[in-house]
This record gives sequence, C-alpha cells and structure tokens, in this order.
Amino acid sequence: MRKQLAAGPYLLWMTGFIVIPLLLVLYYGLTNEAGAFTLENVLNITEPQRLAALGRSLKLSLICTGICLLLSYPLAMILKGMSKAGRSGLMIFIFILPMWMNALLRTMAWQVILNRNGLLNTLLSTLGLPTVNIINTNTAIVFGMVYNYLPFMVLPLYNVMVKINDDVIDAASDLGATWLQTFIHVLLPLSVPGIISGITMVFVPALTTFVISDILGGGMILLIGNVINQEFTFTANWNLGSGLSLILMIFILFSMFLIAKYDKEGNGTAI
Amino acid sequence: MQEPLIRLQNISQSFDGSIVLDDLNLNIRENEFLTLLGPSGCGKSTTLRILGGFVTPDKGKVFFDGKDITSLPPNKRQLNTVFQKYALFPHMNIEENIAFGLKIKRKSKDYIRDKIRYALKLVNLDGYEKREVTALSGGQQQRIAIARAIVNEPRVLLLDEPLGALDLKLRQDMQYELIRLKNELGITFVYVTHDQEEALTMSDTIVVMNQGYIQQMGTPENIYNEPENAFVADFIGDSNIIDGLMIEDYAVQICGQKIRCVDAGFGTNKPVDVVIRPEDVELSTNPENGFLTGRVTSLIFKGVHYEMEVMAGGFEWLVQSTLCYPVGAEVGIQVKPENIQIMNKPEFADEKAVSVDA
Repeated sequence: MRKQLAAGPYLLWMTGFIVIPLLLVLYYGLTNEAGAFTLENVLNITEPQRLAALGRSLKLSLICTGICLLLSYPLAMILKGMSKAGRSGLMIFIFILPMWMNALLRTMAWQVILNRNGLLNTLLSTLGLPTVNIINTNTAIVFGMVYNYLPFMVLPLYNVMVKINDDVIDAASDLGATWLQTFIHVLLPLSVPGIISGITMVFVPALTTFVISDILGGGMILLIGNVINQEFTFTANWNLGSGLSLILMIFILFSMFLIAKYDKEGNGTAI
Repeated sequence: MQEPLIRLQNISQSFDGSIVLDDLNLNIRENEFLTLLGPSGCGKSTTLRILGGFVTPDKGKVFFDGKDITSLPPNKRQLNTVFQKYALFPHMNIEENIAFGLKIKRKSKDYIRDKIRYALKLVNLDGYEKREVTALSGGQQQRIAIARAIVNEPRVLLLDEPLGALDLKLRQDMQYELIRLKNELGITFVYVTHDQEEALTMSDTIVVMNQGYIQQMGTPENIYNEPENAFVADFIGDSNIIDGLMIEDYAVQICGQKIRCVDAGFGTNKPVDVVIRPEDVELSTNPENGFLTGRVTSLIFKGVHYEMEVMAGGFEWLVQSTLCYPVGAEVGIQVKPENIQIMNKPEFADEKAVSVDA
C-alpha cells in the first residue's frame, strides 16, 4: 500500500504533463475552431505542399538513420574489442561529449562550418580544391542531423554488443564459419535489439526536428516539423498544427511498437 | 613409432609481456584422451586455444597429421571445441544450434536431420530439437554444446573445463558420459581442467602444467604414484613433502631417522624431497612400532576414511586411515619402502617458483 502511495506524485506528473497534453492534441486535432468534430486538420496533410514536407522529412531522417547506423556499427564493434581491455570508457565519453553542449549551439557551429565562406570552403580553397555549396540544402540538414543524433545510435549498439559473449563468436568460427558468415548468422542477429533501438532513437527525433532544418536549411527547406511549428507560432492555428502532429504520431507509435517487439531488455533506454 | 596426430613444437606465447607458454613441446596420439591439468594461469587454456586456432603462437609450430597448421584459421581446422561456458547461440533453438556447422558446410537437409537425431541420442537428449537454449539447465546446455561439436565429425574434440560450472553429482555423471562418448566416437579428446580428480578419472594421458611449463606427462597411475617433483605431488592428491637426505642408494634420512626406500641413483648425502601419500602412512597404537613417534593433533571424519594430523619429528604428517586414533594419542609411524617417493630438489628457476608457490 505504501509503495503505491509513493507512485502517486509520478502518476500526477504523468497525468498532468503527458496524458492531458496528448488528449489536448487529440482534441484540437479532431475539432475545428468552433469546437465541432472534423477530420479536416488531419486530412490537410494531403495538400501537395504538406505531403512534400512530410516526404522530405521521411527521406532525410531515413538517410540520417542509415548513415548513423553505418557509422556506428563498426564503431560499436571496435568499442566491444576495446572494452575487453578496459579501454572503451574514454572513446564513449568523447562520443557523448557533444551532448553536453546545447543542441542549438551545436547546429549553429555546423552553420559556421558549412557557410559559403565558412570553415569548410576556406579549407578547400586553401588546398586549391573547388568550393562546395552545401549550406541551405538537404545535405546540410543531414549533416546536422547525423552529428546531433549519432550518440543515440552508438550507445544502444554498444550496449548490446558488449553483452555478446566472445566465445559465441569463436564457436561460430570453430564450427567452420568464415568471418562474413559469423557476422551474418551470429553477430548481426544478436545485435538486432540494439539496431532497432538505435534506429528508433535516431529516426524519431530526426523526423520531428525543425531546429536543424531551420538553421542549416536557412528557412528555405520545410520539413514537417517546420510546418507544424509555423501553424502553432505564426498562423496560430492550433487545430491544424495538432492535426498534422497526429499524422507524425502514427510514425512514432510504429517505431515504439518496433522497440517493444525487438528490444525486450531495454537497451535503447539504458542511456 | 607411430607419428602423433598433433605435434606442438617449441611453442612460446606471451600476453602483455607476461610469458604464458615457454618452449612447450607436446605430442598427442590418435584416439587418446589427453588432459591438460594445472592451476589457473598455467597455460593450459592457451594451449587449447592454440590447438583450436584462436591464438597464433608467438613462436613454434603446430602440426596436425604431419601438416603445419600453425596459421590456419579455426574454421579450416578438423578440430571442434566445447567451450567452458557452452557458448551456444542464444538466438537459435537446439536444432539450429547443432545444425550450424553442417549448414555452413552445405550438407543436405536429410543428412542434417539424421545427424541431429543421432547427436541428441548420443548425449541422451532425444526429442529436444525444438527447445530454446534458455530453457535448458547447465548440464543440458553442456550436452548440446558437445552435440553441436561432434556432428561435424572432428578428428579431435577440444574441451575447455566443460564441467566447471556443474554441481558435483552432475559432474561425476558427466565424467562417465564423456568416457562413453569418447569410446563410441573413437576420436581424440583434449581436455583442459584444474580438477585433478576429473583428470585421474577420465584420462589416458595427463599433462601436468605450471607456469607455462610441462611438469610431468604420463598415465594417471604414473602421475599419482611417481610424481616427478614437489609441484606434481602436491597438485595431484594430498601429500606429505618432507626435506630428506639421500644417504646412499636405497636409504634416505627423514626427520633424523634413516629408513629404507626403493630409489637409487641420487648419489650420496644429497638433499632431496621425499613424498609420502597420506594413505601410505601407517599408524600404530604402540609408539615403539615404527621409525618415528608422534602425537595426534587433529582428527576429522571424511566418510571413507579418517584424516589425522600427527606431529612427529618436527613435521606435521597428514595421515588418512580407516582406523581412528583420538587426538592426543601417542602413535608410531611406519611407511613401507615402496611407498616412499624420492625427488630431486628443484634445480631450475621455474621449478623453484613452483615449489615456493605450492
């Protein structure tokens, strides 16, 4: 009984700051300004401009997730090897270090690097190479996303990787498997929980971001996050903003479903 | 003489600057049950990992069937390993675990199914095909690990302390199982353990190792009855190791008394180690009866026998006897000449380190 009482404050918090806001979004999303039920806000997504924004968001966050996975998997394998010698701590620390800085600051730093006369182009021209025009393009946004969300991919992968017994890897090779066969049949399947967690932890924030696209897209590239942000802050149309949010929620719920299905040990939440 | 199946030649290996194996030479015959026995850190597991191909030695060569396999990767070797902690694939069921090696070798479905059934029968787990690894006990997982290895028809099975994590009763049962398996399969077993009883029970040949050196190699009887140095004597069973002086052939002096023994060729007036097994020390209630007189200082009932400590001649003797002598009793100590084992004092640095350790 006393234990249940101790849960009280948390229940209050969850109700007040999670459940009620969600219900409010649901209410606004499914009503018009007069308060009558309508699907208009949700169906607004079918307008070409909105669809383009959603499509762009999906595309960029998928690219970002893919790059993060390709960068993180080999790193997690290296870290696994280092952890045996007790040397992985510093590496992980360095990869988490950027998270100590404000996300806005980190993204603005990329703006300075990628600007037309920024660090990257200065470096390229010093080396006598042609300069590139990356700022205010999709590429710049992906750069920013990968930089910001990489740790969320590295950590769940590392968590799951260190738990894989080295003997199991040796056993596969002992039974005749080549390195590639061991990777495909043993290492990869055993790291699926980490991969799923990592994908979700990167994909969801990348899909909903509007800050990164704002700063590195120069306000010219609209992601679905920017669209929703505009409805709330500039147009002050809460109903439309909420309706579009509900569409995003479908994607997020799907990701959560994947986590629940594959990550039973909670590696993704171990950060 | 028949060419050995496996020949380790001048193997040296060190990790992070510390020497694990130093110029090790070892021959393993076909169909032999060979046990590498020693305390942790003696290099026995490293030797096994070199055989399995997981470690490439710094120096030396490994020959298998006359061919140099020193740098051959594990997946190309005709050996299979049973790992200490089973190392079953947790994401596969029993059937998939056992089939792993065969699928890699692209065997037919029928062949694989028959092999799985045969292997499960062999380890007494028929009908376990569809079970999950996590649903099995430690002993069952160990059997599956053995089944997974033997379906590949290896010429040699390497076993790395496979019974270490099992309880005593199960361990004893598994010892008999392994002997039976070895006989049915007719292949070579190389077994690593720190448990001397396990080694004595199962092996054809025991290799006692310490600090990267082979201390003695021989049959279980040979190792137990004729230990070559104090380390072996102490590690295999309990022993009384006493400083002695070899006066002449067939006569040794211990605790100030000259007694007869069956050893010769040590020279005259040479310091030696004398080993007497506790079950070979004979006590009698008449203190006059024997070459030494002592007093019982402790008595423990061990089931099969009593274990006593007897203070005599400035040495605390460990004695095992089916007869009970109470604490404080005056007893005479007698040892038959054939039960006295004479050994040279350690001469080499490695042996010295050993005896200090022990």
